[in-house]
Amino acid sequence: MPNEGYTMVTHEKPFRYLSGDLKVTRGASWSGPGCHDGCGVLLYTNAEDKLVRVEGDPENPYNQGRLCVRCLALTEAVNHPDRLRYPMKRDPKKRGTEAFERITWSEAYDFIEEKLRYYKDNFGAESVVFWRGTGRDIATYISRFAWSYGSPNLTSGINGIACYAPRVFGCASTSGSFWVGDYSQQFADRYENPQWKPPGTIAIWGNNPLISNSDGLYGHWIIDCMKRGSHLLVVDPKCTWLAAKSALWLQIRPGTDAALAMGLANYMIQEEIYDKEFVDLWCYGFDEFSERVSPYTLEKTSEITWIPPEKIVQAARMIAASDGFALQWGVAVDQTTEALPACQALSALIMITGNLDNPGGMIKPPELLNYLGGWGQEFLPQEQEEKRLGIDKYSFYRTGVVSAAALTVLEAIEKGEPYPMKAAWIQTTDIITGTGPDPQRAKEAFEKLEFIVGVDLFMTATMMALADVLLPAATYPERNGIRVGDGCQRGETINQAADPGECKADMEILLEMGRRFNPEAWPWETVEDMYSYILTDSGLSFAEMQEAAPVFLPYEYHKYKTGKLRRDGQVGFNTLTGRVELYSTMYSRLGLDPLPEFYEPTPSPYSTPELYEEYPLIIITGARDWMYFHSENRRQEHLRALRPEPVVEMHPDTAKKYGLTEGEWVWLEGHRGRAKRIVSLNLGLDPRVVSTSHGWSHPEAGPERLYDTRELNINSLIAWEDMSKIGVGANYKVMLCKIYKVTA
Amino acid sequence: MSKAFLIDYEWCTGCHSCEVACQMVNDFPPGQFGVKLSILGPWPYEDDKWIFTNVPFFTEQCTCCAGLETATGQPYCVAHCQAKCLVFGELDELQKQMTAKPSQLLQGVGQR
Repeated sequence: MPNEGYTMVTHEKPFRYLSGDLKVTRGASWSGPGCHDGCGVLLYTNAEDKLVRVEGDPENPYNQGRLCVRCLALTEAVNHPDRLRYPMKRDPKKRGTEAFERITWSEAYDFIEEKLRYYKDNFGAESVVFWRGTGRDIATYISRFAWSYGSPNLTSGINGIACYAPRVFGCASTSGSFWVGDYSQQFADRYENPQWKPPGTIAIWGNNPLISNSDGLYGHWIIDCMKRGSHLLVVDPKCTWLAAKSALWLQIRPGTDAALAMGLANYMIQEEIYDKEFVDLWCYGFDEFSERVSPYTLEKTSEITWIPPEKIVQAARMIAASDGFALQWGVAVDQTTEALPACQALSALIMITGNLDNPGGMIKPPELLNYLGGWGQEFLPQEQEEKRLGIDKYSFYRTGVVSAAALTVLEAIEKGEPYPMKAAWIQTTDIITGTGPDPQRAKEAFEKLEFIVGVDLFMTATMMALADVLLPAATYPERNGIRVGDGCQRGETINQAADPGECKADMEILLEMGRRFNPEAWPWETVEDMYSYILTDSGLSFAEMQEAAPVFLPYEYHKYKTGKLRRDGQVGFNTLTGRVELYSTMYSRLGLDPLPEFYEPTPSPYSTPELYEEYPLIIITGARDWMYFHSENRRQEHLRALRPEPVVEMHPDTAKKYGLTEGEWVWLEGHRGRAKRIVSLNLGLDPRVVSTSHGWSHPEAGPERLYDTRELNINSLIAWEDMSKIGVGANYKVMLCKIYKVTA
Repeated sequence: MSKAFLIDYEWCTGCHSCEVACQMVNDFPPGQFGVKLSILGPWPYEDDKWIFTNVPFFTEQCTCCAGLETATGQPYCVAHCQAKCLVFGELDELQKQMTAKPSQLLQGVGQR
């Protein structure tokens, strides 16, 4: 039995059982391939331990039997003939060619160990950078490996840590915790839980949560809540399906979210419709905050955001009158150049309306492991921590941010300053296809390194261009694991069902390499022992958790009233003042602006009018397709068939103006680069704005063409320098472009 | 007895799970569907109103997943529908459900 306060669901069967001729393994999904969620799945395997079918687990309260197309078509990834199946090695002089040779695992481990020892002994462990993709399974273990090896240079490769982290660190700095919308996900009995009620209003702001999946949110919970009475306020430049179904849709000018939030706050304050009692009792710095937002009158806010004043009024009144207000915000806020003051502006809306720690408002996600903070930083010597790239430049990186600044790492590789960079460990991330800005610059920088280890499921553009040793990772149905990720955590196990062949789990590779360098940090015989250690607080071992999962963590509302948010047991929030800080004392101490602020995007029609003459359209990137998670899934044929090529969506008037028709290939060109797309008409966009998705490659184009990423990667329009001056935030979303037909 | 699907199109988000669930479990190649989604919109009308409606249609290739062993006993599309807007059952039973909420679609699929 788990420790007191933990709750379980009833299972009819053990976690492994037979169904006809097939074996069924119950467990959680994660990655790879995968996403940020951890849906309950039933994995069906045949007598040869081959994955033949995936079903949603109806007993798991998380997804309640439902699955999206990516896990439904999972067999096409796991069993794909292009999977990397054994370790390989290539002469660094032959990078970019198919000159890989098969080696054994022990040869691979020995060779990597020898090389990494050489760089550590001769140039310092900081000369090796550890580069991972967006946080999923891998995040926890690679952080421990980097730090126990001795390198402080670990990065997710996203410029300006501009995904999830700005919102998390922004909230933690000002209110002592991150907060997520309350959809009852913390309770085993979900919507039936008597303490819970659906949010009166859910603001869908800067994300399309039905498809995307951050903050531990299973997107269709929004639908579940709508059926139970929640109303939507949608802030999006495009008429998404949720926008069409909303009570109010604000078609915002891309990148002006902070201005809208400040305008809403100002209106609520002027009209005195905010939660006065909560502000009086629990907020700090209300007067300074009121003064800061006071210039954001309806007229000014409307002028900046392109939203009519009467709709801003409607939105402010809707939020203020709502019985429970959940802010479902996303990367569009993180991916602005100055994300921290933007996050502060948005989060102020939940603060001045008292929607913290309350049913149907915003809740503090219970955790088994502080996943964003990494695992095992105590193994990084202090003198090595001081060498973390970016820490001198960005004071905020000393307050809980554990990663190096990706741009500073890139510059160190390019210039050899402040010290030479020699090697990289790139694990399950596709830098050239995916989420880094200016992929050509990243590729050229990495090419300067003497030694690169890659770990992935498939050959990718990044691995083809850069890896000297390439290790094949197991997919999630081929290995054991635990799901301790973003949002509300549960005790969830990922259970091996299929035969991995020679592939190994990411965690097993890191455990094996980790103990070669620092056995104290890696005392476990097996990965399962390691998982048991992480699960200690639950009172269950990994093997026990496999049977019991999902196990829900203790949870209660209104902890700020009972002293349970603070270590010292005092009532209030976990900040210096004990209050929610509308004026941040932490930012003030760090020499940062203590109050929210709006910064005009660069480039934009107003900040760069000359550029706007040549590039007359605003382009927003990162629109989500149902079939794809970032750079993944293009090899799964049933998914690819649903969206064979990347599209750029535009209003029919825009297409007409530039002589374009639905279905034709065009170049989208900005002042830094261009990418190819197919025209798709959409009445739900402002004619001044076009929208496209990211992460595209053509697997069929072959590795030596780098899967056509040179012409498909939309991040060619984005520069590494488009980032925050305080290191938090980067403009991935809002560029200017012109559009013309592809000829020949 | 005649079987049918009741489609509460108010909630269909267009996620394609029904299509892919069906294709994978029945080994249909890409391009063949036991259930296929139609996407209507988005287009604006009147003041600030939008049509954006998704409707799954069941084709003659639908087998209702007869004989398939699953955790729920439901057709694969119904079990995985993310918006929980599909119901499978006896035609006359579903007709009663439709009376309770008329703005749905009821598609009979005969005896399968």
